[in-house]
Amino acid sequence: MSTERNLYTISVYTENNIGLLNRISAIFQRRHINIESLNISPSEIDGVAKFTIVVNMSEENVKKIIGQIEKQVEVIKAYYHDDEATIYQISGLFKIKSELLFEERQIQNIIKESNARIVTVNKDFFVLEKSGKKAELVELHQKLSAFGIMQYTRSGRIAVTKEEMKISTLLETYYN
Amino acid sequence: METQTIKNNQNATKVTERISGSEAIVRCLIEEDVKIIYGYPGGAIMPVYDELYKYQDKIHHVLTRHEQGATHSAQGFARISGKVGVAIATSGPGATNLITGIADAQIDSTPMVCITGQVPSHLLGSDAFQETDIVGISTPVTKWNCQVTKAADIPAALAKAFYIARSGRPGPVLVDITKDAQFEAFDFSYEKCTKVRSYIPVPKTAEGSLEAAAKLINEAKKPFIIWGQGVILSEAETQFKALVEKSGIPAGWTILGASALSTSHPLNVGMLGMHGNYAPNKLTNECDVLIAIGMRFDDRVTGKLDEYATQAKVIHFEIDPAEIDKNIKTDVAVLGDAKVTLGAILPMINENSHEDWHQQFKDLYEIEYEKVIKNDIHPTKEGLTMGEVIKEINIQSKGEAAIVTDVGQHQMIACRYAEFNKTKSNITSGGLGTMGFGLPAAIGAKMAAPEREVVSISGDGGYQMTIQELGTIFQQKAAVKVVVLNNEFLGMVRQWQQLFFEKRYASTEMVNPNFVAIAEGYYIKAKKVTKREELADAVAEMMASKEAYFLEVCVEKEGNVFPMVPSGASVSEIRLE
Repeated sequence: MSTERNLYTISVYTENNIGLLNRISAIFQRRHINIESLNISPSEIDGVAKFTIVVNMSEENVKKIIGQIEKQVEVIKAYYHDDEATIYQISGLFKIKSELLFEERQIQNIIKESNARIVTVNKDFFVLEKSGKKAELVELHQKLSAFGIMQYTRSGRIAVTKEEMKISTLLETYYN
Repeated sequence: METQTIKNNQNATKVTERISGSEAIVRCLIEEDVKIIYGYPGGAIMPVYDELYKYQDKIHHVLTRHEQGATHSAQGFARISGKVGVAIATSGPGATNLITGIADAQIDSTPMVCITGQVPSHLLGSDAFQETDIVGISTPVTKWNCQVTKAADIPAALAKAFYIARSGRPGPVLVDITKDAQFEAFDFSYEKCTKVRSYIPVPKTAEGSLEAAAKLINEAKKPFIIWGQGVILSEAETQFKALVEKSGIPAGWTILGASALSTSHPLNVGMLGMHGNYAPNKLTNECDVLIAIGMRFDDRVTGKLDEYATQAKVIHFEIDPAEIDKNIKTDVAVLGDAKVTLGAILPMINENSHEDWHQQFKDLYEIEYEKVIKNDIHPTKEGLTMGEVIKEINIQSKGEAAIVTDVGQHQMIACRYAEFNKTKSNITSGGLGTMGFGLPAAIGAKMAAPEREVVSISGDGGYQMTIQELGTIFQQKAAVKVVVLNNEFLGMVRQWQQLFFEKRYASTEMVNPNFVAIAEGYYIKAKKVTKREELADAVAEMMASKEAYFLEVCVEKEGNVFPMVPSGASVSEIRLE
């Protein structure tokens, strides 16, 4: 198995319990592993939460981490995938002075070319939303920086996998 | 007390009673067949203590002298009985004092339920008096934990706690209960937990894995079994012995696996690891099939991983999937409960004797005997050795005693030389290496198994870390035999300083108090031995005592534990001197 470091998306299906985030993040902290991004949301199954965690580590170690995560009582199942095996996105919000939208023609071009979306405009500022790969967000950020950004934030990665994740079936076996 | 009956969906009758949360906690313990708990009262847990007072004919509460002692006593209780140990404490410092014992139970897979009081829920997060985030603090060292803020949630939380603590690979759990939840009245009923969605205590044994393992074992020329506490935790001793005897395979043990197979069994080839026996360490790197059963390839067992059994095919019988391939790559993983998997594989195993291979173990034992063991247990030099004290205890207890050790040189010597004829007889802190574990653990063990002789063996360092538990021994009239092997040093650290730090004995010399006077201060019979000719009589007097007894044995100051696999070295580089 590869000992080369790589980006992996870890998907963890869990019960929705207080303290579980602490329990899962402690697994990484204890092993001195940096979490690149983290997102927690509902999943396709009612009452089941989904953690999407991006890490940069070897496959050998990510496998061990999966074992430690699955060992937690309230974790239903954990998977890991490389970028090829997932469809993933992140999302970014840019708050920019409204005057720039009207005065800087180039900004309008940047918005068009980048497929960004204007969420709101008022007399002081407008908010731009862009979803896509991290590189696209970074590129857009760079371009807009030249004009000045009032606020910028980026979400954690969310991902779905190309292969099926049989959580419903798994849950049935838990019930039986 | 108001009693009412509620009809539920299945038309079954569920009887509930209107009681307080604190009474419910005690009633849950009774429902779980708990008869002894260890703890220390304080503000946030007082309502529960008030109920314990009312229910004292059903549950015996043992007041330890420190909350750490409560956890170690609960651990000792669990280790000798196989049941869940229970410790209880108040919020804040009471709760944080449990942490060492919880961490110890986590790494040594000991079933334990800890109950802590917490400040009232409306004060959570306000830095209230004796408030601490014990759920946050205990998360990395518990198998599961939770906080309860409503009385109605108490029964389900405790039922789940007991189930999780004892099922699968056992471990410690903590339930933190706010004071308002303890006071609140609700309709109590109790249902034992038998299932938690998302939790698989015992994984399925993969199809074909037993057959694959059996094939490897049957074809092996030099197979070697290494076993750990998993054999004891799944109560698989009978199946394990049958496997060893039918296959004729030599078997070595980890420190926590000790006593699962009698030390006098001809195929028991001794302890693995850093201070284990010569043969099992050396021959780990010569076997062709390594059969690991209920053990986790701890670094103290394996030494340098890159040079550990690289020539061998590895079979791993294990209940915890996360242990597979964690440290050692496995060729065949047999997941499941050892009692079941060992029972299932037995009919597939060919009878064999492996005489030539076994002879290699015997030959290496002879070398170890000449170089190390003889001098340890039959010394001719003037100073008393730890080994001869253990040998004397063996003789006089006929190998029937439960030996509870602390951590350090005495622990290694006790594990090397103690004779065990009964399972669950070696109670020690293995993974965490918690000095101070021994004395309180022995109290718990003696109370769980009053019919057994329980001998606590500690060094002068670790003994003083929880020495206050002599008070618990006195108050509980626990007939624990307490032996302190006094070398006036933190011996294991001193040994490392001698071997690896050019004898710079930094802060390892102990100037000790009058231990006999301290024991006598607690009204415990006590004796001190400094000469070889006094030893046998003193041990005899201790063994004959119907009450607790304290025996201090002054041993040579700078004795070393050998053999030794130096830290970071391969097991085959084990040193005899």
